[in-house]
Amino acid sequence: MAEQTNGTDVTERGTGTAPAETPGARVPTVIADDLHIVYRVYGTGAGKGSATAALNRIVRRKPSTGVREVHAVKGVSFTAYRGESIGLIGSNGSGKSTLLKAVAGLLPAERGKVYTHGQPSLLGVNAALMNDLTGEKNVLLGGLAMGMSREQVRERYDGIVDFSGINEKGDFISLPMRTYSSGMAARLRFSIAAAKDHDVLMIDEALATGDRSFQKRSEARIRELRKEAGTVFLVSHNNKSIRDTCDRTLWLEHGELLMDGPTDEVIKAYEAHR
Amino acid sequence: MPQTLAPPAPTPGPAPARGTSPDPELRTLAERHGLTVSGARPSLPEYTRQLWHRRHFITSFASAKLTAMYTTAKLGQLWQVLTPLLNAAVYYLIFGVLIGTKRGVPDYVPFLVTGVFVFTFLQNSVMAGTRAISGNLGLVRALHFPRACLPISFCLAQLQQLLYSMGVLAVILLCFGQVPTWSWLLVVPALTLQFVFNTGLAMVMARLGAKTPDLAQLMPFIMRTWMYASGVMFSISVILQGKHLPQFVVVLLNGNPAAVYIDLMRFALIDSFTAKQLPPHVWAFAAGWALLAGVVGFVYFWKAEERYGRG
Repeated sequence: MAEQTNGTDVTERGTGTAPAETPGARVPTVIADDLHIVYRVYGTGAGKGSATAALNRIVRRKPSTGVREVHAVKGVSFTAYRGESIGLIGSNGSGKSTLLKAVAGLLPAERGKVYTHGQPSLLGVNAALMNDLTGEKNVLLGGLAMGMSREQVRERYDGIVDFSGINEKGDFISLPMRTYSSGMAARLRFSIAAAKDHDVLMIDEALATGDRSFQKRSEARIRELRKEAGTVFLVSHNNKSIRDTCDRTLWLEHGELLMDGPTDEVIKAYEAHR
Repeated sequence: MPQTLAPPAPTPGPAPARGTSPDPELRTLAERHGLTVSGARPSLPEYTRQLWHRRHFITSFASAKLTAMYTTAKLGQLWQVLTPLLNAAVYYLIFGVLIGTKRGVPDYVPFLVTGVFVFTFLQNSVMAGTRAISGNLGLVRALHFPRACLPISFCLAQLQQLLYSMGVLAVILLCFGQVPTWSWLLVVPALTLQFVFNTGLAMVMARLGAKTPDLAQLMPFIMRTWMYASGVMFSISVILQGKHLPQFVVVLLNGNPAAVYIDLMRFALIDSFTAKQLPPHVWAFAAGWALLAGVVGFVYFWKAEERYGRG
């Protein structure tokens, strides 16, 4: 295990600062306190997967071996402050996305707690959209799913469509989304997701969608969102985009927080580790 | 909406090692700045308020689901009408022509079709409810909204589907010589009560199905059994005539919510189905079941709000 450098000693800073009212004081927006997340996966076929084997297990009252527990996040603690943008790095499957979902309150914690200011939101509405519906209807549905009112969606509708550039090559917005190319669909999704202002914003590798010009536009939009949002979390495998956007970085490995500190230091250690 | 924090837990030993146990300092820090637990279950009134705030999402999601169902078919939305029509035709072929279960029921075709449509509404709502959470984990894990939106939305989609079926039913009734009367208006309260009942039941099933996805495999059998016990193809009052069944069986057959809602609809629509064939206190039963299922279902579903999305 790598040596744990503690660039930001959370506890000390927490007790040392003046109360929130003082201007310039650091106001915490997200506090994770010994957070554990466990996934339960059914039907993994651990052991014999046949029906007779399953029946045998039931008859002999053995615990089902078909359920496997994945301890995705193991006791992570950190404090994020207003105005910070925090990068999350780590190899695939190290628990980065899971951590973000837990902070957003979408995955229940097995142990520990996450305290947040307001409602953190993940940037992404993919799950709410339906491929069989027209782009138009998806804009409305996605907006509503993110908690916007009908009026807000109507107000921002033109902005969303223009930003996505879907209509640059003809009237595509009135066609079902399944007729879009994957790039077009990704652009529309990002445009819908980015239409809402967030208190605490979490972005999960959203930068790598669309063609070059759209990437530039979306990077600019993320910078805008960052200015409006209190705190931004960014998960990415692109160290450059983390360096560009984040001033603090958390390094997760096997669900444990390996390092928490200024981006340059953490990325240097991360690259040396690989 | 977040909940206020509980009072601090008793402090563990001095200077706990980081990453191994909850840190009391972090909790105090969170409290001092008014931070709230992420993903905590809101109070019941607050939850209801949030749900009301999301009403447009619920309706849009329902109609989107329904539209998306038929977009790849060539006949498109026409299937919304064709499906119930074909359903009715199949049941008529089997029970009306082949088996001939008329069993002393006048206007058998309207009688049968009404029963089939009303029960299908119940059946589909329960089935959709069972899969409401477990079939939409992606959505539950990606966005924040009161989870009750999902079962309610699915039931609303079923209601919308039923309204198409009712249109088909009206045509069938006219074809079989039923003349629209004022009693047809009773459809509105009967359907409203059934919708509340269905939604409540769907919410119960949604919570059970979220914990045990296997229920989705089991439910079709339970629902089919329920259908045969609910007098969809036969008249319960005709069956009960001249038989001396134990009292509890009679109460059970007559109090069965599915039978209650089916009979109310028949009473509203079919002239030859008179009040005499209705079980006693039928409107009280209909309202009681709706109230019971609605309240119990909603509270039961809300109780696990913060746990949906796992597993």
